[in-house]
Amino acid sequence: MEKSSGVTNTEESGLLLKDTELRLGLPGSESPEMEDHDQNVLSLKSFVSGAKRGFSDALDGGGKWVFSGGSGGGSEGLFSPRRGGNNNGGNDLSGPDSGLGGPVLKDGVAPKPLVVQEKKSQVAAGNGNTAPASKAQVVGWPPIRSFRKNTMASHPPKNDNDDDNAEAKFGSGCLYVKVSMDGAPYLRKVDLKIYGGYKELSSALEKMFSCFTIGQCGSHGVSSRDVLSESRLIDLLHGSEYVLTYEDKDGDWMLVGDVPWEMFTNCCKRLRIMKSTEAIGLAPRAMEKCKTRT
Amino acid sequence: MHKKTAFSFPDEVLEHVFSFIQSDKDRNSVSMVCKSWYEIERWCRRKVFVGNCYAVSPRMVIKRFPEIRSIELKGKPHFADFNLVPDGWGGYVFPWIVEMAGAVPWLEEIKLKRMVVTDESLELIAKSFKNFKALVLSSCEGFSTDGLAAIAASCKNLKELDLRDCDVDDLSGHLLSHFPDTYTSLVSLNISCLGSDEVSFSTLERLVCRCTNLRTLRLNRAVPLDKIANILRRAPQLVDFGTGTYAADLRPDSYSDLAGAFSSCKELRSLSGFWDVVPDYLPAIYPVCSKLTSLNLSYATIQSPELIKLVSHCPNLQRLLVLDYIEDSGLEVLASSCKNLQELRVFPSDPFGVEPNVSLTEQGLVAVSSGCPKLQSVLYFCRRMSNEALVTVAKNCPNFTRFRLCIIEPRTADYQTLEPLDVGFGAIVQYCKDLQRLSLSGLLTDRVFEYIGTYAKKLEMLSVAFAGDSDLGLHHVLSGCESLRKLEIRDCPFGDKALLANAAKLETMRSLWMSSCAVSFRACKLLGQKMPRLNVEVIDERGPPDSRPESCPVDKLYIYRTVAGSRFDMPPFVWTMEDDPSLQLS
Repeated sequence: MEKSSGVTNTEESGLLLKDTELRLGLPGSESPEMEDHDQNVLSLKSFVSGAKRGFSDALDGGGKWVFSGGSGGGSEGLFSPRRGGNNNGGNDLSGPDSGLGGPVLKDGVAPKPLVVQEKKSQVAAGNGNTAPASKAQVVGWPPIRSFRKNTMASHPPKNDNDDDNAEAKFGSGCLYVKVSMDGAPYLRKVDLKIYGGYKELSSALEKMFSCFTIGQCGSHGVSSRDVLSESRLIDLLHGSEYVLTYEDKDGDWMLVGDVPWEMFTNCCKRLRIMKSTEAIGLAPRAMEKCKTRT
Repeated sequence: MHKKTAFSFPDEVLEHVFSFIQSDKDRNSVSMVCKSWYEIERWCRRKVFVGNCYAVSPRMVIKRFPEIRSIELKGKPHFADFNLVPDGWGGYVFPWIVEMAGAVPWLEEIKLKRMVVTDESLELIAKSFKNFKALVLSSCEGFSTDGLAAIAASCKNLKELDLRDCDVDDLSGHLLSHFPDTYTSLVSLNISCLGSDEVSFSTLERLVCRCTNLRTLRLNRAVPLDKIANILRRAPQLVDFGTGTYAADLRPDSYSDLAGAFSSCKELRSLSGFWDVVPDYLPAIYPVCSKLTSLNLSYATIQSPELIKLVSHCPNLQRLLVLDYIEDSGLEVLASSCKNLQELRVFPSDPFGVEPNVSLTEQGLVAVSSGCPKLQSVLYFCRRMSNEALVTVAKNCPNFTRFRLCIIEPRTADYQTLEPLDVGFGAIVQYCKDLQRLSLSGLLTDRVFEYIGTYAKKLEMLSVAFAGDSDLGLHHVLSGCESLRKLEIRDCPFGDKALLANAAKLETMRSLWMSSCAVSFRACKLLGQKMPRLNVEVIDERGPPDSRPESCPVDKLYIYRTVAGSRFDMPPFVWTMEDDPSLQLS
């Protein structure tokens, strides 16, 4: 049985180490600085140093966010999950044990920010708790299986205290819905809770499927209403347009963007990106449904 | 042409001897004794376990073991359970079914874990294997009740249909009605994950009635409480029962009906289900509690007093799954009532809440470790921990084989001393010499990995998150843990050095997962080039890794040993690092 050769085979490991000579530091500098010179470097460094940083510190909103969408998430190591007053416990990289640091950026080329996810504030409705305004959630943490999450979310545990809290419990954790696209080889799952609105959802799905659009009802003669739909993209490859539809709790298929975002996340069961030619029949139904909806 | 000596037996004798050897490890050892044993053994191997479906091709498996009756495959990495593996990554079972349909028509049993199963696959199974007996799908997805209906309709000798935590498309196909009226061989049915699929109760009752060998029946949430009594009365021989919704309007006759039905089940040893529990109906199960060995209350949102009452009735309990509503007080009662307890899993009722909602702390774990001498396997979610508690637990339970602790907030320090929990986990690995599986959490430095590398010699699987300071941590584990097979790491500052320095170790393991760490693309390429028997997969949804500087860390990395080479079914966001024969290590 082969044993690890890491320790004994120094020549071999030396060879490899030489290939991968790493230094810790900013581009153009030699010393391991910890200051925040660059927003992108900050992302990497804060992760590497083990310091916990709020997600909002790492991004100033300039430049394009690269969402990886729902399942599979990004690297959430960048930002700190909610803090409960923990300390660092001396995790500084400047300590004696930390000889081997992390990756370094070469040649002044800053990489794109590592993929991050932002969660909406998870403030429980109506309770007087001093919950932090923004609780960034980490994908896949705590490690609870989807089956359990979905089961508990659909029937939030009853609480002696107040039913207002029910929303804040499992239900607020995440809300994965399946996304299928006509012609795509497999489904994706996205967590609706991590998006602030239709625009973000649209961007994320765009990245995932690389060509679709959230439709407007406009082309079907539907006019003055509060339609919250967003950008329209044309699929260059196929030369056709796609629209985003969803199945609601009643089993009806509707165009995405017709209703306020909160209402949408509450009643959306699954998403489907379909060719707009197929979606023509949807619009009138969507309208009717909206009319009857209070 | 081999010499016949006094020590060689006819093949049939050896084959008969080998038939008593069931474990895979022993079978593998037998096959390596000599060529003739290899040959004899491969023709009489009936069960194959493939821990990573990409480690070997179906064709190779079948070529070597042409007479298998049972195959078990695992697909996606474990972290797929927590949505860390993007959809479309892989793990398709269809190529395996196709291969076996042609070559192994007498296949009886298929067990799959974390694989993508399609209706097409299920239909092919139903069509191809005339003597098919058992289908066990664990955490699988990609299929609907239509595919299952094909199995139900065609497999006359089906004994077992077990769907555990699967993501099934419920097409309301009334699955059970597809079992023919003449079908009676069902022994085990687990449809607990079928969500809202409506079950026709009369169909279910008739099925249960005619399948007199039924031992395991786990229903789904759609089955209401008032239907259970009828089912239990028709199957008093049940050993393992999973209820549906455990809630109904309180009526005196329905309660006594239920209690009577439970007491008629003298063989019942395991209970599960208990969704939406109405506590007043719980005492209905008291008649069977004294013989219960396994109880899964992990979906039962009942509070500590009810849990305490229930648990006190179960002196023979060996396995308990429960929510943290049980609290420290309940665990103390458990410790004093259930001296045979071997496995405990405590799940969080409110994992995303900011403040603790229940009084469940390290004290509960300490109590159980102290009161239950046979405790071997623990999964414990809590919000605070101390080194002192962990040391106590370690000393109380030197027989631990599985210890998984999840302190909900990452990087939580010892709440008493504010120090890292290195010493506590160090005690676990030091005292629990047979530890096979360990999951870490809390604030941890490289030191804990030093302990693990030094002491955890039997450790086979290690899960690490938000821990460590530097590559030294990873190096300790890779160089010290001799039995390590699976290592999964997320959000740790481990980079290239330890990985490359221990490259050869990776061939002795099944797989390594690293996500949100600090491994550069350059290191991945190097590893892929130098280690031809490893598949080094870079998973990155940001786009091709070579569109960024080589020193940029990859998002996710999955490395596994394989004799099948690179796979061909990768989605666009997965890249396998190419072998380069000129650069191979010796």
